[in-house]
Amino acid sequence: MSRELFRFKGGVHPPEHKSESNTRPVHAAPLPRKLVIPLRQHIGNPARPVVEVGDRVLKGQLIGAADGYISAAVHASSSGIVSAIGPAAIPHASGLPDECITIETDGRDEWIDHAPIDYRALEPAELRMRLRDMGLAGLGGAVFPSAVKLDPGATHPCPTLILNGGECEPWITCDDMLMRTRADDILQGVAVMRHLLGSTEILVGIEDNKPEALASMRFAAAKLDFAIEVVAVPSIYPGGGAKQLIETLTGKQVPSGKLSTDIGIQVFNVGTAYALARAVHHGEPLISRLVTVTGHVLRPQNVEALIGTPMQVLIDLAGDRDGTTGVLMGGPMMGMPMPDLEVPVVKATNCILVKSKELFPPLPSALPCIRCTRCADACPAELQPQELFRFAKAGDFGRAQEYHLFDCIECGCCSYVCPSHIPLVDFYRYAKSEIWAREKEKRAADLARERHEFRQFRLEREKKEKAEKLAAKAQAARAQAALDQAQRAELAATPAAEGTAQSDADAKKALIAAALARAQAKKAEVAPKNVDHLSPDKQREIEEIEARRAKIRELARQPLETDENKS
Amino acid sequence: MPSPFILDRSSVTQVMAWVLAALLPGIAVYVWLFGPGILVTLTLATATALAAEAAMLKARGYPAKPFLTDLSAIVTAWLLALSLPSLAPWWLIVTGTLFAIVVAKHLYGGLGQNIFNPAMVGYAVLIVSFPVQMTQWAGPLELSATPLTLAQSAGVIFGGDVPKSTLDAVTMATPLDALRTGLLQQHTVDEIMTQPIFGHYGGTGFEWLAGAFLLGGLVLWALRIISWQVPLAFLAGIWLAAGFLHFFDAGRFGAPWFHLFAPSVMLGAFFIATDPVSGATTPRGKLIFGFGAGLLTIVIRTWGGYPDGVAFAILLMNLSVPLIDAWTQPRIYGGAGRRGKEPPA
Repeated sequence: MSRELFRFKGGVHPPEHKSESNTRPVHAAPLPRKLVIPLRQHIGNPARPVVEVGDRVLKGQLIGAADGYISAAVHASSSGIVSAIGPAAIPHASGLPDECITIETDGRDEWIDHAPIDYRALEPAELRMRLRDMGLAGLGGAVFPSAVKLDPGATHPCPTLILNGGECEPWITCDDMLMRTRADDILQGVAVMRHLLGSTEILVGIEDNKPEALASMRFAAAKLDFAIEVVAVPSIYPGGGAKQLIETLTGKQVPSGKLSTDIGIQVFNVGTAYALARAVHHGEPLISRLVTVTGHVLRPQNVEALIGTPMQVLIDLAGDRDGTTGVLMGGPMMGMPMPDLEVPVVKATNCILVKSKELFPPLPSALPCIRCTRCADACPAELQPQELFRFAKAGDFGRAQEYHLFDCIECGCCSYVCPSHIPLVDFYRYAKSEIWAREKEKRAADLARERHEFRQFRLEREKKEKAEKLAAKAQAARAQAALDQAQRAELAATPAAEGTAQSDADAKKALIAAALARAQAKKAEVAPKNVDHLSPDKQREIEEIEARRAKIRELARQPLETDENKS
Repeated sequence: MPSPFILDRSSVTQVMAWVLAALLPGIAVYVWLFGPGILVTLTLATATALAAEAAMLKARGYPAKPFLTDLSAIVTAWLLALSLPSLAPWWLIVTGTLFAIVVAKHLYGGLGQNIFNPAMVGYAVLIVSFPVQMTQWAGPLELSATPLTLAQSAGVIFGGDVPKSTLDAVTMATPLDALRTGLLQQHTVDEIMTQPIFGHYGGTGFEWLAGAFLLGGLVLWALRIISWQVPLAFLAGIWLAAGFLHFFDAGRFGAPWFHLFAPSVMLGAFFIATDPVSGATTPRGKLIFGFGAGLLTIVIRTWGGYPDGVAFAILLMNLSVPLIDAWTQPRIYGGAGRRGKEPPA
């Protein structure tokens, strides 16, 4: 039973605050009057709306179709009328609106026809397509489309499947409650994952501060016809991070810049497995999830909320209190502040954490870094955060990259332990976004330069070809002239044959006609026919392309600021 | 305000307060064995440091409160005071402290920016500039015929009319001075060590002071206020270098235990070389930094122009920190070496 566990480096022990919300039973949240369903709830391409304003939709009906391989569909979480399609507030720290479909619910909560999927009868590719169209995405926080992760590919067999029940962030208990109450369903989802990935070893990692969840999962695992090992892992933040859990359970590290599948391991959150089971065994797309509502509320608890439910509805359910100083989506270590409370619950919403001055005292202002390296001791990515901070602050992004900025998982351990109270993670996010922006500019400029160089090359080539053609023509003309002269001399010598002049004139006429036809064809080629009679959509698309091209041209004119230029 | 939204309770003030607290056993032993004069030195250095800190913060346009209450100036003042001879004249204390705070700390950019340990810069300036006054060490009470009271010590420090004969009666060569002088006079180590100033391991009284600093240092070590690498490597450097020399010629080189149990070594290993701002940051770098400082201390003590070498050894290693750090970048999670990689496309 006991498995050898490995201790990853770093990590911290913030106060857990789990018992506030995991002592009350899970309730279904009330049906809100309005559902706001963002088209971009996952990593990858946003879904394409497939309904129109005014349409009546049923619960579980596809309203946004997956767009491409890395994408996921979105569905109506309840029945009602589509009242708007367009930008609306979404749960993002920026406060910027994004495309959403708004549904006025009719209170009937009427399901669309749905049926279980016989997953063993389907081709794996077909099954993955179905899952993508049922909106499955990772519910642990990253919301990566699950169908993509369930494709082992030809080169990446996945002998080890790890189910992540770590839930290391303070305050959050939705995975804990899910494992306590719905362990059988979770493992049904695991069976489907195992089927698709062909995994031979299945591990469930649960932090040892969740004895009830451990017991419940072990009980459910014993009933299965295949082996699952439910392992208690030490409670340490960020032990529930995928890379950390992999190291704890297997002793292996995911190589920098690679995926866990490169070492034959795939990791899914327990919530994702549950959603997968609902999809396969009940035919239900991903339209709801467990959400922890905790912090400064009267009755902290977990609720099963429909995707699209305004957060305020859930906070009211848990009992709104005076003295709220803000609301986070997620936990206190990696969560993000919500711009307002009308934003909807999305697939990534594991927790709504209401702040108060007592629970979350304002952070003290920062002092200079004293290089004490407590951050380095706490960093689970084994980075040197104090150096990254120095480089990010100085704008020395090249050095920051050399010191592995992009291996930072933004877990917040460094900021948490910093005695100078420096918001270190913020500096890393800033440095990363600056580097991305520059890379983008550089790529655009490179592309423009390549195009320009190719054009120069093409013009040069055409000129040369033309010159060669002219030279050849001149030579041919000279040869013809010599021939003609010889012919004329011959003609003069013999009596004129009848019809020769006639045929000569005919040949000339034919030549002229051919030249005209050629000219006509060329003209037709030059003027593209597809710009005539355009639909407004096409016209807009063309304008957009023109705008993009103008932007690239402009970027190309700007001086390049790259690392090569600097060093 | 971005994540994370919670903090550990640690603060710079807390770190500095622990360092000060860990110095208290040493100060207590100092008073007990050498008389209360050190309290005058400590008070004067503290007052000077706080005044200089406040003035420099104002001049540089920084808010006074967060930086005065971080206690870092007091740590510098105490470390310098404990390094100075206990009967050093007041102007020596003030000059050293001012140089430490104004030049070594603030002119380099203030808290977190100084590449040299400020207390050691202050010490180095004084020993280079005023070598005579830097020998006014009160002998251990055990060996002193006429121990000084607090008032008399203050009198000496503030230059009251203390006859030179009185001063000569209470000051004494330190064990390291005695060793150096004896060796220069072609005596063997064994002959020199018969003088009353030498105790069991180090000097009479001095070895207990060293032990008290060691005790405070171990508290910081246990609390993880300081890294384990630097003190261990520092002491190892001292022990190995001194032991190596002593092994080959015990007559000309002091025993490793003698070198280890000098108060300056324990103060240096646990309180000064562990200064994070001016020290190395990587785990291997800390080992190199500490070991180098220990090694250089023995080299300077043995062949240098001064009886002790802790201050110069640490300053020289401070100088090497950027190189040490750059060369000892550790392997990262799932990574191989130091070289960076391209950002994800």
